Amino acid sequence: MVGGNINLKKRFRFGEFIAEKIIKGVSFISFAVIVLIFIFVFREAAPIFSPTKQTSTTNTELVQETYGEESSAASETVTEQKNKSVESSGSEGDATAKNLLGNEWQPVSENPKYGLLPLIVGSFKVTFIAVLIGAPIAILAALYTSFFAPRKLREFLKPAIEFLSGFPSVVIGFFALVTLASLFQNLFGYQYRLNAFVGGIALSLAAIPIIYSVTEDALSAVPKFMTEASLALGATKWQTALFVVLPAATPGVFAALLLGVGRAFGETMIVLMATGNAALMSIDFFEPIRTMSATIGAEMAEVVFGDTHYNVLFFIGSILFVFTFILNAVAEFYVRNKLQKKFQGTA
Amino acid sequence: MIKNILILLTGIIAFGFSQKNETITVKGSDTMVIIAQRWAELYMSKHPDVTVQVTGGGSGVGISALINGTTDICNASRPMKKSEKEKLKQRFNTLGVEIKVAKDGLAIYVRENNPVTELTLQQLKDIYTGNITNWKQVGGPDAKIIVYGRENSSGTYVYFKDNVLDSEDFAPSVQTLPGTAAVVNAVSKDKYGIGYGGEAYAKGINILKVKKDANSTAYPPTEENVKSGDYPISRYLYMYTRSRPTGVMKEYIDWILSKEGQEIVTKVGYFPVK
Amino acid sequence: MKKKIIGWMFVFSTAAATLLIVSVIGFMLFEIIRGGWGKISWEFLTGAPAEGMTAGGIFPAIIGTVLLVLIMSVAAVPIGTITAIYLSEYANRNSIFTKLIRFAVNTLAGVPAIVFGLFGLGFFVQFVGGGIDKFISGDAQLHWGQPNILWASLTMALLTLPVVIVSVEESLRAVPRDLREGSLALGATKFQTIIKVVLPNAYTGILTGAILAVGRGAGEVAPILFTGVAYFLPHLPSSLSDQFMQLGYHLYVMSTQSTDVEATIGIQYATALVLLALTFLLNFSTVFLRYRLRAKAI
Repeated sequence: MVGGNINLKKRFRFGEFIAEKIIKGVSFISFAVIVLIFIFVFREAAPIFSPTKQTSTTNTELVQETYGEESSAASETVTEQKNKSVESSGSEGDATAKNLLGNEWQPVSENPKYGLLPLIVGSFKVTFIAVLIGAPIAILAALYTSFFAPRKLREFLKPAIEFLSGFPSVVIGFFALVTLASLFQNLFGYQYRLNAFVGGIALSLAAIPIIYSVTEDALSAVPKFMTEASLALGATKWQTALFVVLPAATPGVFAALLLGVGRAFGETMIVLMATGNAALMSIDFFEPIRTMSATIGAEMAEVVFGDTHYNVLFFIGSILFVFTFILNAVAEFYVRNKLQKKFQGTA
Repeated sequence: MIKNILILLTGIIAFGFSQKNETITVKGSDTMVIIAQRWAELYMSKHPDVTVQVTGGGSGVGISALINGTTDICNASRPMKKSEKEKLKQRFNTLGVEIKVAKDGLAIYVRENNPVTELTLQQLKDIYTGNITNWKQVGGPDAKIIVYGRENSSGTYVYFKDNVLDSEDFAPSVQTLPGTAAVVNAVSKDKYGIGYGGEAYAKGINILKVKKDANSTAYPPTEENVKSGDYPISRYLYMYTRSRPTGVMKEYIDWILSKEGQEIVTKVGYFPVK
Repeated sequence: MKKKIIGWMFVFSTAAATLLIVSVIGFMLFEIIRGGWGKISWEFLTGAPAEGMTAGGIFPAIIGTVLLVLIMSVAAVPIGTITAIYLSEYANRNSIFTKLIRFAVNTLAGVPAIVFGLFGLGFFVQFVGGGIDKFISGDAQLHWGQPNILWASLTMALLTLPVVIVSVEESLRAVPRDLREGSLALGATKFQTIIKVVLPNAYTGILTGAILAVGRGAGEVAPILFTGVAYFLPHLPSSLSDQFMQLGYHLYVMSTQSTDVEATIGIQYATALVLLALTFLLNFSTVFLRYRLRAKAI
């Protein structure tokens, strides 16, 4: 800068001001969407908490006009169609708290039962299996990638395993349905071809890349001096990995687990295709299950908009949303605080 | 580079932009999707000025769409429920029009080498409500019966519930699968499986004969038996419209009920209504 | 000695786990390629389904997928890029507003796909679409208030928004500080600097973000289940209010609801293969782009 009066005061430029406001406004969309999801998913679920209006059902038979039937056609006999339960479909059922806490899911019935327990149990069961199988494998693989793998191999491994996250879930579901299900049945000889176990294995394929990649990042974030100090003190490479780095990265690994659980819990297509979808309550891993997400996926397109069954499905969606929301929030706040405390003044 | 891709894509899209002037939307029963799609295919090849859009999803989907106003014709493998008619009346002040377009024998599937060849309606009911759980109770091997069914949105589910289970609830252990094909597929791979669905879908599996009660003869679901009513679980397949069909829709439905349209019914594996 | 054995076992188990994952990926790829390769032909890729979905090709599903991700990108990429610009160029790290946006982006990334589908149905289809219909025709005829490709694409755009934001922000942060400072020193305003200096340098990153989003959007099925996808359509979608077919959904219905699962198994595998090839190509191109980005940075 050469001489002269440099005017350091920022000039107010109207264009700049507008541009910044617009950019800020657009970036607000993400937050607005979260709020909107809350509002709209709950809005459609809300009617189940208010007493339902009893639609006055007339006892007169509503006779529809028919078309294209000549009298000659009437001479043919067809099994007498019974229309008993048909008359009271799932649309008039009451979804009381008692009904929602029941353990039977029979939404299309003479007296519909919207018991969510088997669905919740099913979701947790399959998620548990997926994480139980997926997490150790993913964490071990992350350790190998960041510690023991030769440099050349490492550069191949990370993208290769993250490539798994690019697999569309419907493809994994298809693979589980046509290949894994028969393979495991022949291998273990259990009764149900489609069950929580097959679904869980397929689901672990969706959870592994997330757990792996977040764990790997957490391991690489551990300050170099810690490993170096450990090695300098005479610890071997594996001791350093197991007793120094892994404990230091624990919050990150914990976050990885939470995200993996969230991913598995919210997955739809895989469980819809591979778990058998029977609303059973049992501890047996080899029995079919019906998850919350699969129930929404299978039934939402079929319900009459606005009736109880429709509201209950949205209610299930709200539960899914709230649960994953909490998982994410915990993963974000708890873990970040932990990590910051841990490496404060170090990184 | 990106410009080129966009130009190419708009070209492709424009290619598919043959402006049609008349569109008929058909939604509903999965059981009927095969047949609805054939009808649409053939009809459009004869009438290039008409477009028929066919979507499956289930009878419930079709009827909801009819009530929600999002389809012209709905396919259903079961009659409309009273509550559905009431909803339609509320929305459009009409009860809808019922058109019977085909007949179907509801087949009971088992795997090919299953020694059981026939069941009574009572036995079927017991199997699906969970009273009978082992094949040996119906003259088969000593093994647990693995029961497959359809999602509760399907007309087949409702029909089976009303006519075989006498409206009782299915046992919770019944595995519900999203389509008839999935049921066929599961049964064909499951040594001790049993399933139900449209006769037309049965490939690579055995179909059981069914008898009304222990003393009557068992019949397989053939055209004759379905027509005569000897086969105890047969049903009509329906189309519903909101109001009496006119114009293009009338022509299409008339064509479906004509000899030509009904020939397709036979070809697909259902039974003609006329 | 004992320690040695434990150590060796530990290293071995990590290697075994890695090998297991890689071999499962390999097995899955192998199975799908083996099942689908023989079926892939020009006719298959450019033909419509025929014979009651037991023959013919998957052209409408391919086009539907392409259109879906295109419309989705038009919505998601600009919004995502602008959000990323805000976060990297304007945001004060410790302000409440910034923390809120960051939290929202992370939360959005964790919302289950099926919940997006519910939201799309409740918000786009019924609230927005139904609102448009009410406004135009007074509730007589539903035109926009039903599932279609526009609502499906917008639903998918929300799902892929976080992907775009994270990827673009990363590339913006990779633009060297001195470039910005030089521009500002020459008298450019902040906004001019972003438009003329920062964005051109982050071009690859934006492209990467877009491609990643497209890869994600091409494979997801749950969000479009009830916001616009159709089982069978004789024609390609010709307006935003049309329904469409999509590869992932096609695979789902073919493997669960087709007339003859055994006869169409080839079609199913081939559909899975096409879908995989599509997402694989997209992912691979991002790897390549990132590589170029790094080479540039050095």
